[in-house]
Amino acid sequence: MGARHRLSSAFWRRPWLKAALLLTPPLAAFVLVYLAALVSLFVSSFWSVDAFTGKLIHQWTLQNFHDLLHSNGTYLRIAGRTIGIAAAVTITDAVLAFPLAYFMARLAGRRVRALLFVLVLLPLWSSYLVRIYAWQTILSHNGALNWSLNKIGLPDANLAYTNWAMWIVFSYVWLPFMIIPVFAAVERIPDSFIEASGDLGARGRRTFRSVVLPLALPGVVAGSIFTFSLTLGDFITPLLVGGNSSSFIGNVVEDFIGINGNIPFSAAFATVPVIVMAAYLLIARKLGAFEAL
Amino acid sequence: MPAAEIDVRLSGIRKTYGDVVAVDELDLDIKTGEFFTLLGPSGSGKTTTLRLIAGFERPDRGRIALGGRDVTNRAPYERDVNTVFQDYALFPHMTVADNVAYGLRVKGVPKAERKRRVQEILRVVRLPDVGRRKPVQLSGGQRQRIALARSLVNAPKVLLLDEPLGALDLKLRQEMQIELKRIQREVSEVGITFVYVTHDQEEALTMSDRLAVFNEGRIEQIGTPAEVYERPSTQFVAGFVGVSNVLERGGRTFTVRPEKIQMHFDETGGGELGRIEDVVYVGMFTRYIVELDSGGELTVVRQNLETSSQEALESRGKRVRLEWRPEHTFVIERGGGA
Repeated sequence: MGARHRLSSAFWRRPWLKAALLLTPPLAAFVLVYLAALVSLFVSSFWSVDAFTGKLIHQWTLQNFHDLLHSNGTYLRIAGRTIGIAAAVTITDAVLAFPLAYFMARLAGRRVRALLFVLVLLPLWSSYLVRIYAWQTILSHNGALNWSLNKIGLPDANLAYTNWAMWIVFSYVWLPFMIIPVFAAVERIPDSFIEASGDLGARGRRTFRSVVLPLALPGVVAGSIFTFSLTLGDFITPLLVGGNSSSFIGNVVEDFIGINGNIPFSAAFATVPVIVMAAYLLIARKLGAFEAL
Repeated sequence: MPAAEIDVRLSGIRKTYGDVVAVDELDLDIKTGEFFTLLGPSGSGKTTTLRLIAGFERPDRGRIALGGRDVTNRAPYERDVNTVFQDYALFPHMTVADNVAYGLRVKGVPKAERKRRVQEILRVVRLPDVGRRKPVQLSGGQRQRIALARSLVNAPKVLLLDEPLGALDLKLRQEMQIELKRIQREVSEVGITFVYVTHDQEEALTMSDRLAVFNEGRIEQIGTPAEVYERPSTQFVAGFVGVSNVLERGGRTFTVRPEKIQMHFDETGGGELGRIEDVVYVGMFTRYIVELDSGGELTVVRQNLETSSQEALESRGKRVRLEWRPEHTFVIERGGGA
């Protein structure tokens, strides 16, 4: 009996051995890199920095959080803007993605579906930065948008460097991350469910509300986790297409680390998106979004 | 029940999918309250016919009428029919009670009446206590009953059943066959017509009042189980319903059912002479395949009244004489393919 044979029979006798072997590398990486980073972020948010020497003071304090809440509302406004735009982008993407994903999953022929898939994924093949710069050119004062508007006799739309611009650009860059999970969820609904609903007397709208939407909801939630968290953590788009007063949490974090070297305060502010995401997932679970997983 | 009334009428139906002709030249009258079966092999057009009645498909040609009203261009939700799907199609995100109540809720039936009717129908299918469960918590047979209840609760004019027992194992299937007949009798005062699709000839024979045998998109024969079984009109029907015992003698093609043949182990007397080619012992009876001297092959079935399995199996290779009464033979059309 060879060593290989003994090994495989050992696996056969102890199924947990196989699972352990498979899971050890990813779990180790997960614990070391991800959880450790998260914990150190959380811990350092309770430290402070000496104002003169710039050195870390390893002493527990709530000063960072106090500063966040009592700064004439500046940081609260920034957090509110970040969360508000992330929510707006998520809703926009859900509304835009659903009809397209539904069409791709249930109505389109195989060729049209493949073509749409390529079109949806195509933007992801180019750099994120390139796409944002492209939008900068489109939205700028002498850009493609105003040129088109003028051509049909409309006045300029001064969207460049506003929250509107951020909303448009974010909705555009994260849209594929909503379309794919919604498509997967809609595609999994058997035809017979929709036929059964019609058979029992429901018209299209009723079938959509009572059968399609509840069964596609996990896909929408999965997509919204992407669009919401990606927007929440972004600092490049606000920098490139947002205006003077359109900083995101990410921009403040970057400023405090890069300019002030104040890691504890950055860490404190960075826990805000983490808490918001956690709350969002809990609400989603309460609403039963993961029951069909 | 008003027996002569026509509940479902299909006339001159043709339906194609691309180049494939699913059904053609289909004419069918189904009477009110009867248990009518569409029998045929897969791809013979029986499920397409059912889907045409339900309204999931539109015919290329021909008319469909329900209760005397033309519904050819009506959507499924405008037809007074309900379907029991092969995969049951119970909504997984709703409880059993919500599933059963769905049709009533869509039609705006008040809550109290809805509740009463759901409870009543759950009693009819003998699952009064599962209302709060989700479909995944039910067994296959229970899901089948709930799917039935979800359709029946609406008291439709016609109930369509698409191989509803196909996913169940043999024992459960036989139980459900009896159960289905019981339920049909129980709801027959309302006069619900059952249209049943199956590829199982035994199921079709035991359950139906009448049946239509489908082959390659056309109906080969319509009749009562006894008519179709004992007097198949085409070679295909003879082969598909029961055993194909087809002989050609003197330019005439006819069929004789295996249990109508007498087998003698002597060679003096009338009838056809031959040799036992194969013996299949089936417990209650034994099936003998006999090769005839004048050409052709017949299957003979004998009750194991006094023969043991040993004796039966030893008869392989023996010479035999087969006899049958002329009134048990039926001339059939050539073709159809068996």
